Amino acid sequence: MVVAVIGCGAVGSLFAANLATLDDVEVWAYDLAREHVDAINRDGLRLTGAGEVTGRVRATSDAAELPPCDFGIVATKAMHTDAALAATAHAFAEGCVATVQNGIGNEEVLARYVQRVIRGTTFPAGKITAPGVVQWDVKGDTTLGPFEDRPAPFEQVERLADACTRGGMPTKAVEDARGPQWRKVIFNAATNPLGALTGLTHGRVCERPDLRRLASRLVDEGKEVAAAQGIVLDSDPEELIDYAARPEVAYDHKASMLQDVEARRQTEVDYLNGGIAGFGKKLGVPTPTHETIWALVKGVEASW
Amino acid sequence: MARVCVAGAGVIGSLFAAHLARVAEVSALTRREEHAEALRTRGLRVSGRADFTAELTAATDPDDLEPPDLVILSCKGTDLEAVASRIAGHWPDATVMTVQNGIGADEVVGRHGDWRSLAAVTFMSGTRHDDTHVQYVLDTATWIGPARGTTYADAQAVAALIVSSGLKAEAFEDLRPAQWSKLIFNATVNTVAALTGLPHDPHFAALDRPGDLGHLVKGLMDEGKAVAAAAGVELGEDPWEMNVLATRRGSAHYPSMLEDVEAHRRTEIDTITGALVRAAHRVGVPVPLHETMERLIKAKEDSWS
Repeated sequence: MVVAVIGCGAVGSLFAANLATLDDVEVWAYDLAREHVDAINRDGLRLTGAGEVTGRVRATSDAAELPPCDFGIVATKAMHTDAALAATAHAFAEGCVATVQNGIGNEEVLARYVQRVIRGTTFPAGKITAPGVVQWDVKGDTTLGPFEDRPAPFEQVERLADACTRGGMPTKAVEDARGPQWRKVIFNAATNPLGALTGLTHGRVCERPDLRRLASRLVDEGKEVAAAQGIVLDSDPEELIDYAARPEVAYDHKASMLQDVEARRQTEVDYLNGGIAGFGKKLGVPTPTHETIWALVKGVEASW
Repeated sequence: MARVCVAGAGVIGSLFAAHLARVAEVSALTRREEHAEALRTRGLRVSGRADFTAELTAATDPDDLEPPDLVILSCKGTDLEAVASRIAGHWPDATVMTVQNGIGADEVVGRHGDWRSLAAVTFMSGTRHDDTHVQYVLDTATWIGPARGTTYADAQAVAALIVSSGLKAEAFEDLRPAQWSKLIFNATVNTVAALTGLPHDPHFAALDRPGDLGHLVKGLMDEGKAVAAAAGVELGEDPWEMNVLATRRGSAHYPSMLEDVEAHRRTEIDTITGALVRAAHRVGVPVPLHETMERLIKAKEDSWS
């Protein structure tokens, strides 16, 4: 089978490199960073840290080079989804496309370009340390399910999940993938911006009782918005926050939003706190804390 | 000629000291000997809205200074406790005037001596270039009111002295409405600027789209107004209108808390937002937004310590 990873940043690279270790999968990566693409084509895509993997991946910045694919895995930053799909949708005319991006609202964008969409949520994390090299910081599970408005056939979801799992990225196929997605969105929206606004790592955010309570306030508002849509969270985001704060998990991890702020890149806050606030508004659920955090991070972006 | 001691010669203290030196005998009480010596030998230069160099005496020990009639405590709120303790036991006949941001400065001073006191809030601003050079930027007024053992007439006399020195000042029978307006304004504008890195600019009044910063600014000010109302204080100027007016002037002011954060210094969060949050708890008004800002600023301070 042929899989194209769209957006080969840290998370995209984890999928691409691991899938490329399988004999029955041909992996392509579409990314606009030329140095990264050239390094991947020259030396392979290398993962270090939580797993040592080097995958043979065909990388390109030219969407026209992509062959017809059975699957797409979209891993761009949420604000780049539209442009990435506009360029690459032709490769998925007969295939299914999954999003493993942060935030809410990505499936809706995919559905504007392709016929069969898979809702996805992934927990592994890392960072690009050099062109073609990604440090794998955190291992974790991925959940895939058909996107309700424009679903991929469930057996195709299972096929992709099986390949990911065999490649070393444990992945589950489920009928309703909203629960895991909202758990992660709530987790991210409750922790990432606190790191971004204060400069603290995940563990240091959590060990301050006042900030930990602030995270809980964000979690509570997020849970109410999820509940108002009939979404059953697969587990409590609070547990995930405390689990991630352990020294051996992600104590020292700088949230991607903090990495973005330090590099003065646009963040995903519109799809996290902004997404929750937007759904809250539609559903009549007040989210004053998410609105506060959203406005502050937008202010940070405006200060550059 | 009146004798004035300025305790804490940062931006505000330097602006007071230099101007008042033209109409009074002025001394500066500094923390560093090097600073005192520089002031004694080089004088204190003002640029910007005025341009002159003032002569004054300076020392790090109150015993080395002539007892003043008026002490202007112009240090930051974070240093108030330390500065007040240094003049404890000195100058029993002096009147002490506090000009710290926030509320409660007078209570802090009262723990160190039973001087007569005046409370002031100042809206002037400047930039400190070095120990002996301050740039006068915003020529807005200082408002003065009676506090302990003083009357409106005392406030008027000090206001008149300051006005005669070339700065703007006004006396009030009751300073609380002005103090609270400024507290709410400061607690909002300082924390939002410090967390976003934005100077006080038109973003602070933007309300067009959801997620615009003006919604948060308004929300913070509404919480503050509810606290003032519950505390029985009728506000002077409306903080939101102060915000809209200030951002419309086109200038982008860098609030001191933003400068503190950029220099990795401790901020005045405890005496500004902290004071508002404590007042809110006393009168039983919920202030979740201000609590959020307070936590974020304190955590940010921790990130460089």
